[in-house]
Amino acid sequence: MTEFLQQLINGLAFGSILALIALGYTMVYGILRFINFAHGDVFMLGAFSGFYLAPKIAALLPLPSIAGGIAVLLASMAICAALGVVIERFAYRPLRHRPKLTMLITAIGVSLFLEYTGQFVFGAAPKSFPQILPVYPLARLGGLSLNSNQLIVFGVTLGLLLALRFIVLNTKIGTAMRAVSFNPEAAALMGVNTDIVISFTFALGSALAAAAGILWAVNYPAIDPLMGILPGLKAFVAAVLGGIGNLPGAALGGIIIGVTETLVSGYISSTYRDAIAFGVLILILLVKPSGLLGKKEIEKV
Amino acid sequence: MLQIKNLEVTYGAIGALHGISLSVAAGSIVTLIGSNGAGKTTTLKTISGLLKPKAGAIGYEGKPIAGLPPHEIVKRGLSHVPEGRMIFANLTVRENLEMGAYLLRDQKIVRHELDFVFATFPRLKEREKQIAGTLSGGEQQMLAIGRALMSRPKFLMLDEPSLGLAPLLVKTIFERIVEINRERGLTILLVEQNANRALEISHSGYVLETGKITLHGDSASLRQNPRVQSAYLGG
Repeated sequence: MTEFLQQLINGLAFGSILALIALGYTMVYGILRFINFAHGDVFMLGAFSGFYLAPKIAALLPLPSIAGGIAVLLASMAICAALGVVIERFAYRPLRHRPKLTMLITAIGVSLFLEYTGQFVFGAAPKSFPQILPVYPLARLGGLSLNSNQLIVFGVTLGLLLALRFIVLNTKIGTAMRAVSFNPEAAALMGVNTDIVISFTFALGSALAAAAGILWAVNYPAIDPLMGILPGLKAFVAAVLGGIGNLPGAALGGIIIGVTETLVSGYISSTYRDAIAFGVLILILLVKPSGLLGKKEIEKV
Repeated sequence: MLQIKNLEVTYGAIGALHGISLSVAAGSIVTLIGSNGAGKTTTLKTISGLLKPKAGAIGYEGKPIAGLPPHEIVKRGLSHVPEGRMIFANLTVRENLEMGAYLLRDQKIVRHELDFVFATFPRLKEREKQIAGTLSGGEQQMLAIGRALMSRPKFLMLDEPSLGLAPLLVKTIFERIVEINRERGLTILLVEQNANRALEISHSGYVLETGKITLHGDSASLRQNPRVQSAYLGG
């Protein structure tokens, strides 16, 4: 029982991080009907932003500390938000009226560009992420170990999910996002500048990916320029699992993939760990192709 | 108020509009009639900026607007109720109307416009909190028109508001259009296949055939025109 709870906690922490990445995939898909395959690399750049920012922030705030950790988190989110806007502006916007395949291939190109520019600039060897948050062991109940970093993963994820929910449901730009995702032409006729809404969506998604990158690095402190590939793919699977384009679906999908993967590697074999996400994907595509919370797309002629 | 000169629009290599010219006087209702594929929707979409013209000019209140993005055109006071209504089926009725007022900053004005729309279409008030996708076809058309009015336009374009509606509803919708034109002094460009009704309520009309204007004049004389009668009025 204790072991199961332990695996569950680990799985939830991993799943929360995947959920944050998955939200970016699903938001961009909702607006542009396209999978931004470079999204996993924005997650990686989030971690690297934190790595390079930490010493600078240490000059202003004590590190490791809660305030310093949050400062690193917010600064990395801001950097990646700007980066997401730049990627969309220069790589995707010129292709917006081209066939979707062109954009998809470009996204793969952007992904490779970020990964190998990362290797060139940061070096290919893993770097050890500095400790930005103080770690307190919280519970040692009969062998169950929960530390403050895991709690921070849950807290930050929950906070960001609530903030995102508020933005999407209760603000003008959020309503515009939902309108553009439903029908960009009609939204434009209301006076919505769709370019701004699309930029905003990329900023939001990339900021969440950066937060995921920091949370990841805090828990698994070895970062390298290719670290975004696998979590990126798994988060994409999570978004499809939940129903691509559906925000609660992406969060749910992330949690399911994270927990399943951790339980399987704990109880069956960690050899199969990476196969789990893709196994789940195949299963979902067979049983419910629109995803758990996704709606069937009705093609109108 | 609106002047179009030699407007040409193409879809790829296929020409949709071959140099049409028309004008709409302030305060009037002008109708554009024609059969399917004549280019009526293309004309409206080009005015509202959804399509870019290949050649020609569109002047609104004396200023050129051809080729501007749609949000710039809405800002100038033109509002377009698109074909097929295009309401946001995933948003509530209220949110749809608020989207219509997207460019208005003053919440007092938004409230005022909302009251006006609810007074014009009381049905929408009853359905305020409902998801728009659950409305009936007639209610969706009311919502589409209401949403377009929320931006406080001076010039309203309506693309086939009668499409797919029961005759009684068509009557209601047309009555409202006349009312809005009279009471608010709103200039209206109405695209219709239901030529009979359109010519009844409009001041002047244009007949569009395969991308060219073939006839124009005041609506009363168009209704008497034997060509119009045989082609569009079922006479």
